[in-house]
Amino acid sequence: MAPTPSGAPVDRFPASVSKPAFPWLLTGAFLLTLWASLRLAEVDPGKLLDPDALGNVARFARESVPPDLTPHFLGLMLRPLVETVQISVMGTVIAVLIGLPLGLLATSSLTWSGILHERQTRWGRVLLGLMPYAVSRAVLSAFRSIPEYVWAFMFVRAVGLGPFPGVLAIGVAYGGILGKVYSEILENVDPRPLEALHAQGASKAGIVLYGVLPQTVPLFVSYTLYRWECAIRASAILGFVGAGGLGQQVELSMRMFQFNEVLTLLMLLFALVAAVDFVSARLRGRIARP
Amino acid sequence: MYELHELSKVFDGGTVAVDGVSLTVGRAEQAAVIGPSGAGKTTLFRLLNLTLRPTAGRLLLDGVDTARLGEEALRRQRGRIGTIYQHHNLVGRLRVVHNVLAGNLGRWSTPRAFWSLARPRDTGQAEQALAQVGIPEKLYARTDELSGGQQQRVAVARVLVQDPDVILADEPVSSVDPSLAVTIVTLLRDLAHESRKTLLVNLHSVDLALAYFPRIIGVREGRVAFDLSPDKITEELLRGLYAGHRDEERQLEPFSHGSNPFGRACRPLPGFGQ
Repeated sequence: MAPTPSGAPVDRFPASVSKPAFPWLLTGAFLLTLWASLRLAEVDPGKLLDPDALGNVARFARESVPPDLTPHFLGLMLRPLVETVQISVMGTVIAVLIGLPLGLLATSSLTWSGILHERQTRWGRVLLGLMPYAVSRAVLSAFRSIPEYVWAFMFVRAVGLGPFPGVLAIGVAYGGILGKVYSEILENVDPRPLEALHAQGASKAGIVLYGVLPQTVPLFVSYTLYRWECAIRASAILGFVGAGGLGQQVELSMRMFQFNEVLTLLMLLFALVAAVDFVSARLRGRIARP
Repeated sequence: MYELHELSKVFDGGTVAVDGVSLTVGRAEQAAVIGPSGAGKTTLFRLLNLTLRPTAGRLLLDGVDTARLGEEALRRQRGRIGTIYQHHNLVGRLRVVHNVLAGNLGRWSTPRAFWSLARPRDTGQAEQALAQVGIPEKLYARTDELSGGQQQRVAVARVLVQDPDVILADEPVSSVDPSLAVTIVTLLRDLAHESRKTLLVNLHSVDLALAYFPRIIGVREGRVAFDLSPDKITEELLRGLYAGHRDEERQLEPFSHGSNPFGRACRPLPGFGQ
């Protein structure tokens, strides 16, 4: 704010910058939402300080130390550890297999509008592209609006306990997310190189190969790696509904009050997530140079 | 080469970008198009390279009415027209070799185009084109690591690989510094002359146009204001062309001191009767 000659500060934003018409109304609505959420979500910090709760926390803390680091237990946990990685990798692969084709179809610039479809003014041809576009967007939306835990719960019912329902859950839920992100990336390519290729007589495939893909594939790979990081964390938790991996072991040990085993498992999980984050971040840094 | 009869382009919003332009451009002819910004020069070029369809009038390419062309035939005709843009319109993430070889896309089959991305086979062709524009050493550089002027050379190399009959350059030097502008304009002119290509250049700078082109087409408000050789261009004509565009009028100031200082500098290329 620059002072005017009279010393009063001047609003440096032009008058056209809109202010909310009823600031008090918005403030009121916000406070009401906050209050309602507080009540309905049963937020009660007192419960945390309840003697019973404190006792349970203290018991968990006391019994979990020292962590169970016997070679026997660690040897047993090797398989679930590897299983967690396998679930995340296979889940991400399936997510790509679902997300890539649906994401391509859900991109308006590839299916029905823009430079690749300049002459399709006839309604029949526009609809021909519009239909798969709308359907794939709806499918992707349904896939990602159901959380992977719920998917896992349903797949456990369908194919039984073990890592496979975890793989399917991650594949479907993340397929929905990846497809959405892929289509966002595709919609946002720089159109100028495409125009140049189009103007020199390149075919649609040629424009996609030399104009669209080089601009998008590095971003696809980078985002897919990031999703793989998320899949590691998710697959660890999916075990709680019986879908294999470290999560299932955490759940078992919890149920048997073997808190020292729980601590070991949480440490393993932490090490795994940190390692994957590190590897993935390095790879992404190399692939998606700005 | 080109015959335009009362060609017009009205955009969906109702803006009349090109308004009844009639022109004839012969094979291997070289001409500069000048005019204030917003005059419709870029739209005219996009009509000429067949990426925009006119709303009225006829555009004949070698006697063929382009409105009658089907999708495939249109694509083949586009292959005969090479366009160079102000912002070079290259893919920055690709290596130079691929951006240059993309000039082949009008001819290549899809599998061929695909395999070339994996392992470029015609590197010799790309190398030769880059040598012609003076940067042979950049073959495997990442395109967005080059300077603006070098990227514009890559764009010219892409057109060389395309080997079209017409080169359309839409403000090719507006984003490079003045000394490089002269280099690129002369490069385009010489390349077009060597292989007898038609060259149409849309130029922001009047002195470049007058100094290097044997035919000057002035465009204002979507119409052709004049179409003359540079020695017939007078200060009044230019003032009329740029009237109301004060920034662009300023470049005419040298005209106020003595007669046309640029017309004399024009060196018509051999083979061009005025």
